[in-house]
Amino acid sequence: MSDFFSILTSLDTEQIRRQIEECRVCDVERVLLKGFVDDDELPILFSPAAGLMLEEMARRSAALTLRRFGRVIQLYAPLYLSNECANRCRYCGFAGDLDIPRMTLTPKRAISEGDILHRQGFRHILLVSGESPRHVSMDYLLEVVRGLSGKFASISIELYPMEKEEYQRLAEAGVDGIALYQETYNQVRYLEVHPPGPKRDFRRRLAAIEKGGEASFRSLGVGALLGLTNWRLDAFILALHSRYLMRRFWQSRIAASFPRIREAAGHYAPDYPISDADFVQMICAMRLILPDAELVMSTRESAALRDNLIGLGITRMSAGSRTNPGGYGASPESGGQFEVEDSRTPAEVARAIASKGFEPVFKDFDRAFIR
Amino acid sequence: MKKLEKLIIAGAEFHSRLFVGTGKFPSPQVMAEAIEASGSEMVTVALRRVDVNNPEDSTLSALDFSKYRLLPNTSGARNADEAVRLAKLSRAACNTNWIKLEVTPDPNYLLPDGVETLKAAVTLLGLGFIVLPYINADPILAKRLEEAGCATVMPLASPIGSNRGLMTRDQIAIIIEQSRVPVVVDAGLGMPSHAAEAIEMGADAVLVNTAIAIAGKPIAMAEAFKLAIEAAEKVRLADPAGATVFARPSSPLTGFLR
Repeated sequence: MSDFFSILTSLDTEQIRRQIEECRVCDVERVLLKGFVDDDELPILFSPAAGLMLEEMARRSAALTLRRFGRVIQLYAPLYLSNECANRCRYCGFAGDLDIPRMTLTPKRAISEGDILHRQGFRHILLVSGESPRHVSMDYLLEVVRGLSGKFASISIELYPMEKEEYQRLAEAGVDGIALYQETYNQVRYLEVHPPGPKRDFRRRLAAIEKGGEASFRSLGVGALLGLTNWRLDAFILALHSRYLMRRFWQSRIAASFPRIREAAGHYAPDYPISDADFVQMICAMRLILPDAELVMSTRESAALRDNLIGLGITRMSAGSRTNPGGYGASPESGGQFEVEDSRTPAEVARAIASKGFEPVFKDFDRAFIR
Repeated sequence: MKKLEKLIIAGAEFHSRLFVGTGKFPSPQVMAEAIEASGSEMVTVALRRVDVNNPEDSTLSALDFSKYRLLPNTSGARNADEAVRLAKLSRAACNTNWIKLEVTPDPNYLLPDGVETLKAAVTLLGLGFIVLPYINADPILAKRLEEAGCATVMPLASPIGSNRGLMTRDQIAIIIEQSRVPVVVDAGLGMPSHAAEAIEMGADAVLVNTAIAIAGKPIAMAEAFKLAIEAAEKVRLADPAGATVFARPSSPLTGFLR
């Protein structure tokens, strides 16, 4: 099976952009009536015309989500290990050229951060770091994962691109999921926001999630950072990418994420801001296209918006997040990756979920699956 | 029509032919009330969802297991090895050797892997488990699992959570005809009428989760399933007339010969 890069480069993006723009409401109605969305129909749901049918899309998205996932929202927390980074991504608070307090947690401190999250009720965690294998080495990661695996039902990673063999070693140590966002699938734009540094290699980044799939991670997380370019085209490719991974790595669950750019230490304002209405359209479209995928939402979004999206398509949320290393412990001296909008505690988020008639779920995996 | 017999699984008698699941409910309280209303005596719990080391786990602590038999399941296992590991964990933590065996390598349609299910069943039976395997509606696999020593077979009506009803009706009819262990129709029953149809066909029991859990009123829906199944049991006892392709006029054409 060819890799997604070759599929991506074979796309006529100009023609797809036109298809999205010129799509009519009757095209949207036809797809919604039919139920299943064929690959060549994906652009339709991201069109301005589909935006005119948002209520209808939302109703279908909610019904699909309810049937497949039930009245539950899964909760997880990110654990930031290091903000050291060799990249200078223009939108990121960890960019190497920013003057922020840098810190890499010792394995001991990482595990004590884990203890705090465990006491808050979390059983699923996501280990996050900037791209700095010098600070966050394989040996370091193995030590951290082994130290945490006794306490957590599920450990995922959002680090930097690695080779299949490295992912296999992490899987053996107890990692079961990977998230690696391409940020944007527009290669011209990608180069503009990623100055020289390891991340500038678009193809290497895109290939890494497939290496994670080959290493048999249970969960494969993809994502686009909204605000870098025309969201409609990027979201369409994100959907296509998700379907590709789903078909190729048919034993893994696909999780899609779509953070909207927020102000970070670099004070980067999004060049292509996406409105709440467009954002909701995108979430509903993703659900209609990917009925079985986890749709993930972080604390970048406001409490009010997050609460309103419960039941609409989102199935997994972070809560109580600190985006700087050591942030869960006492007064850390380290810079954060992005500003958290929803600053409620995990217990407050759980109560908000329950008040919407949903059950907040902290555990939905078991280590017995992998050991 | 198949005669209605007492439902006995591995020596345990069940008065309700409705088994229920615990996933997808809006809260543990609603789950507990719905299960109470269903009249069920067997409740399946996904081990991956519960924290067996935590006595305050929201699912386990919400249910009174003096009223229900706990049937842990291996939902999420992708192969025989994972299912066996999970079953061992379950036996140690939940104090039961009953296990609903689910091996579903694809996380999307959650269809069961017959090859790995049979392999896991053989291992678990050797370890002294009482095994209730979830299977596709495959009559041959059902016989193989029965011969291996499984306590029931649990063929699916349609993909799990789909609420589409008895899409595998003809295959399930063959399984019912051939089986010497109880047949529990599992997965895809979306309406009480689907459950009633399965029992009328001769199934010994049904397992329902999604249709109850995601209904607007789960407690009312649980009771509706209970009543539908009771109605179907009465049908089995009533010896129904059966259907025919020919009309049967109440004044026969050959009446003049009498």
